[in-house]
Amino acid sequence: MALFAADIWSILWLSLRVSGTAVLISSFIGIPCGVWLGLSRHRGKRLLSAVIHTGMAFPPVVVGLVLYILLSRSGPFAFLGWMFTTEAMIAAQTTLALPFVIGITMSSVAAVPTELPEQIRTLGASERQCRWTILREARHGVFLAVAAAFGRSISEVGAVLIIGGNIQGHTRVLTTAIVLETGKGNFEFALALGGALLLMALLVNLVIVRLQGSRFPA
Amino acid sequence: MTEVALYRLRDLRKSHGSTFMLHVLQLDVRHGEVLGLLGPTGSGKSTLLRLLAGLENSTGGETCFDNSPSVSTDLPLATRRRITLVHQRPILLAGSVRLNVEYGLRLRGCRDRTQKIEEVLDRLGLNKIASQSAQTLSGGQVQLVALARALVIEPDVLLLDEPTAHLDPAHVAQAEETICQIRQERPMTVVWATHNLFQARRVADRTALLLNGQLVEVARTEKFFTNPSDPRTADFVQGQMVY
Repeated sequence: MALFAADIWSILWLSLRVSGTAVLISSFIGIPCGVWLGLSRHRGKRLLSAVIHTGMAFPPVVVGLVLYILLSRSGPFAFLGWMFTTEAMIAAQTTLALPFVIGITMSSVAAVPTELPEQIRTLGASERQCRWTILREARHGVFLAVAAAFGRSISEVGAVLIIGGNIQGHTRVLTTAIVLETGKGNFEFALALGGALLLMALLVNLVIVRLQGSRFPA
Repeated sequence: MTEVALYRLRDLRKSHGSTFMLHVLQLDVRHGEVLGLLGPTGSGKSTLLRLLAGLENSTGGETCFDNSPSVSTDLPLATRRRITLVHQRPILLAGSVRLNVEYGLRLRGCRDRTQKIEEVLDRLGLNKIASQSAQTLSGGQVQLVALARALVIEPDVLLLDEPTAHLDPAHVAQAEETICQIRQERPMTVVWATHNLFQARRVADRTALLLNGQLVEVARTEKFFTNPSDPRTADFVQGQMVY
């Protein structure tokens, strides 16, 4: 039982670390990109939107496969030495989460009334202040983007299984452990891991919802 | 008010593609005056205000502001912060009325905000709804809050695009009185676009008429209404259909 509990904690912590880091990286890149795309009026925007929305439907196993080819010994990024490491798993989950962050942020920003940016400029907002204010106005959508990205990352199994190798104590996360334990017939442990996964997702989303309702300076 | 021009417009033209929108051959907006802009819907009042605010670039001519080069969308932030425009359909930020009024001061990093905010809220009778969410306001209240957030930043130039269109007579009087009081306390140039002839006559030092994107006449308000130079102005102020 002690081993059982220790295993769960180790897997939980690794899952949270990998998915949390992936969401942080994708938010750091994706939110500014989404704001820029949401505000821009250039010709290629529709095509770019279609590409980003397609990215939301990207099959995780394909992402895992492409990263495997890139990071394997014969691949162009072999020098990184990321194969079967948490870094590779973070890269895979970031790739999967990024289109969600960009796409949902972009839609939220685009939904802000088009007259708002120029109205706040006439009140003396600099370009940076203008973007921050619009982001604040679209914050419900932006938090939704982060929540969706976390959901995509934490529940994903195909890419991390291929790229991480499901190594015990090293690259084993909740989803890959559930697959393994189900295969071994350890349904009790698999169900416990499933419950832990749901509980963790619930806790993270509670934090996000709490932040969503917070007051942010204009 | 002085005779010195704050804005100097020469052969100013604006069009969107092949659609003509505005042509002002010559117009000076003087330091500290209230210039009333009259004209029917679509006559170019809002376009002129947007050009004065630097929200749009003209397609020809020039708009000099305070002896600096032509006003455009590239105005430096410091200059832009001297000018503010109250839009015809204001959009308020999510949050309370107070947060909206505070916004411009916060952008400027102003630390002593409370007194200024309370003062402008008081002047426009908004104290009772200061904590109310801006999303729950009526159209008239939204206009008053938009006026408050513009006045609180103490602009050198206040551009008003039908700022009292949704207000009842009591609040119209309050808004007009507030702007007049502020002008007595400190210099502020106001360009006030309105459909309301009576309002222009009450508030403006000089009044201009725009018709079909052309500046027809600009004159001292009393002369504009009693002895206009252009027959189209005479028809307009007499309420005859000229457009």
